[in-house]
Parts: sequence; C-alpha cells; structure tokens
Amino acid sequence: MPALHVHDLAVVRGDRNIVTGLGFTVDSGEVLHLQGRNGAGKTSVLEVLAGLRQPDSGRVDGRPEPQERHWLGHKNGLNAALTPVENLVFWAGINGLALAAPRDILAAVGLKLQMHRLCGQLSTGQRRRAALARLIAAKRAWWFLDEPLAGLDVEGLEVFAGLLVAHGAEGGAAIITSHQPLPGVVPGLRGLRLGA
Amino acid sequence: MTTLTAVSAVFERELRVALRRRAEWIQPLVFYGIVALLFPLGVAPNDPALAVFAPAIVWVGALLAALLAVDRLFRGDLDDGWLEQLLLTDAPLPLLIAAKFTAQWLLTAAPLVLVSPLLGYGLGLGDGPVGVLVLGLLLGTPTLVFTGGFAAALTVGAPRAGILLPILVLPLMTPAVIFGGGAVRAASAGLPADAPLYFLGALLMLSITLLPMAAAGALRNAMG
Repeated sequence: MPALHVHDLAVVRGDRNIVTGLGFTVDSGEVLHLQGRNGAGKTSVLEVLAGLRQPDSGRVDGRPEPQERHWLGHKNGLNAALTPVENLVFWAGINGLALAAPRDILAAVGLKLQMHRLCGQLSTGQRRRAALARLIAAKRAWWFLDEPLAGLDVEGLEVFAGLLVAHGAEGGAAIITSHQPLPGVVPGLRGLRLGA
Repeated sequence: MTTLTAVSAVFERELRVALRRRAEWIQPLVFYGIVALLFPLGVAPNDPALAVFAPAIVWVGALLAALLAVDRLFRGDLDDGWLEQLLLTDAPLPLLIAAKFTAQWLLTAAPLVLVSPLLGYGLGLGDGPVGVLVLGLLLGTPTLVFTGGFAAALTVGAPRAGILLPILVLPLMTPAVIFGGGAVRAASAGLPADAPLYFLGALLMLSITLLPMAAAGALRNAMG
C-alpha cells in the first residue's frame, strides 16, 4: 500500500486561508489524528486527503482510489426510514458488494438489538455505530473518518478502538479528526494539531 | 455485475424508502387528482369546452405534480449524508442517478398515467384522444421527471431552491406539455397525432440519455 504524502497544502474557505504549508506522510499501519478547535480546517483537510475536494495549493500524492478508501463524514449516510440492516445492505449494494451476513456485522458494533429498528428511532451514538459498521462490511486500506467518535458511549469507543487496532494490524491506515485529544481512547495515535 | 448491483441497490432503496414514507409520494397524486377534478367544477360539468381544455388540464396537472415531487429528490440525501456516499462509489454516477429518477417516475408519474384514461373520459374526451393522451403521458412524464430531477441536482443545497427550481425547470418542461397537449388536440380533431408523439419520443430519448449525466455533473459540482 503506497503512503500518502502531503506537500505544502493550503485550504481556503471564502477569503480566508484556514490551512497553509501543511506537510506530512501517512504510511501503512499508521493512524494520524488531526486535532484542532472548531474552524481549524480539519474537515476541509480530510476532504482534500480523501479526494472529495481539490487543494487550493500544494500537492497530495498517493491518494487512494474510491474502492480503496472509506469516508465517514459528520453525517452518517443513513436514511431515517430504513433500518441499520437495510442501510448497510444498500450501502454495500451501491459499492457493488453483496453482504453475506449484515446482521453479524451490526452485532459486532453492538447493534444486535437495534438492527431492525428504523434509524430515525435510534440514538445519535447508535446511528454512529451503524455508520461505523461499513468499516467492517468492506475491507479498505484507507479510512478517512471525520469526528468518528461523535456521540459514542464508552462501549462504542471500545468498539471503535478495536476496529482501528485490527485495521492497523492488517496494514491499513487511517486519518481521523476530533476537537479533543484522545488519550487512551485509541492506542498508537500520531497526533497533528491544526490551527495551533 | 458490480454496476448492475449498484443500480438495483439505488432503485430498491428508493422504493423501500417511499413505502415507509407514503405521504410524500401520495401528495403529488392527490394534488394531480384535485387539479383534474376541480377544474370541471369551475366550468359547467357538461360544457363541451371541457373536452377542449382536457389536454391542458391533464398535462399541466402532471407538470405541477412532477414539480412538487422533485423538489425533495436530493434534499434528504444531502441532509443525511447519503449523497456523499453515492458520489464516493466507483459505480458510474449517471447510471445511479438514472435509477433514482426511474424509481421517482414509477412512484409519482406512472400512477398518473394509469388514472389518465379515467380523467380523459371524465373530461369528455373520446376513445381515440384518450389513447393518445395515455401514450403521450407515457412518453412525456419521464421527460418531466428527468428534467425536474436535473434541476433538483442543480439546486441541491442552494438557498431558496424551492423558488429557483420551478423557474429553472419550467422552460425545459414546456415542450413536453406543448407536444403532449398538441397530440390530444390533433386526435380530438380527427388528425394524425404521430408528429407530436414522435417529438415526445425524441424528448424522452434526449432526457434519459443526457440528463442523468448532466445531473451527475451538477451534483459533483455542488458537493465539490
């Protein structure tokens, strides 16, 4: 898996330079944690790295192809009128996958009892878990996760940490963002503070 | 196979969501019924002029119903993040959008086509014009839905999209109404209706081949 190299990256929002001169490398098996206050440009940088938007200047080498990356934004991508099982199966469908055991995947993220309830009736944390189930449903080398811990309870954090450790052990890489430091939540994080 | 799986997933998802939110897609049908049924009450019910206005009543009703339905075509997907996931797949986006538009046609316009003979007879049209009306709607309503869908993609996330969308879409939908109404008028006058129906067929071909690609570009632009 080729590394992701970022050279002198700048991101502009409106007439404001929110990020300038950013450079780093993320290698296989590594987890990079982009941390910063509100408006520091974490989401914008993550979007550029994932290929959702172009950098205003600078360069990103080694951006993964669509089938090699997971993107989880602020929004979960779940329809409130569908159950977690249906949402997962349809997500797999648009990615050309036929899931053999979607229920097992949802059970693995702690949604065994909620998988047949409509997503509109689930809590914020349960919906986040349903979205995180996509990380198990399709093995992909790169994870770009924007505020993945938002709304998760302690058990949810453990589930997520477990997924991340297993992903790293298989040689996968991840870039995650959060407002807060994540001491002890996810082991082996490399931190990068934006807007310091 | 992968593309086919993706296209059927989009199609099935639209139908499943619509089944759970019946009120959303029944609303345009009710609206269409109200327009078509109240119009005769504004005139004398047995006035022969009704048959003259029938094509316009049915087609304008279909246009307004299509407009009402497309307004929220991508808004929910934008709000819940599904649109983001759709744009990130490596399946051809125009095909996914075509599947979405087709499901939308099946839910909101196909029932209009089915009830149109009743409305046609109710408005005083004869057998021949009713047949042309049904055929015209069958050819023209996909154009209305695909055009409306394209405009919805153009305005997704735009402030005041509800006002912008009809202004954008009306000039694009007008030819379908003109040719659709013209075909029924020709049939009512005992003239051949082939020419306007061919035009509707041509518009249909243009719509289903070009507009999903244009909508895909518009969505990528809006999200990028």
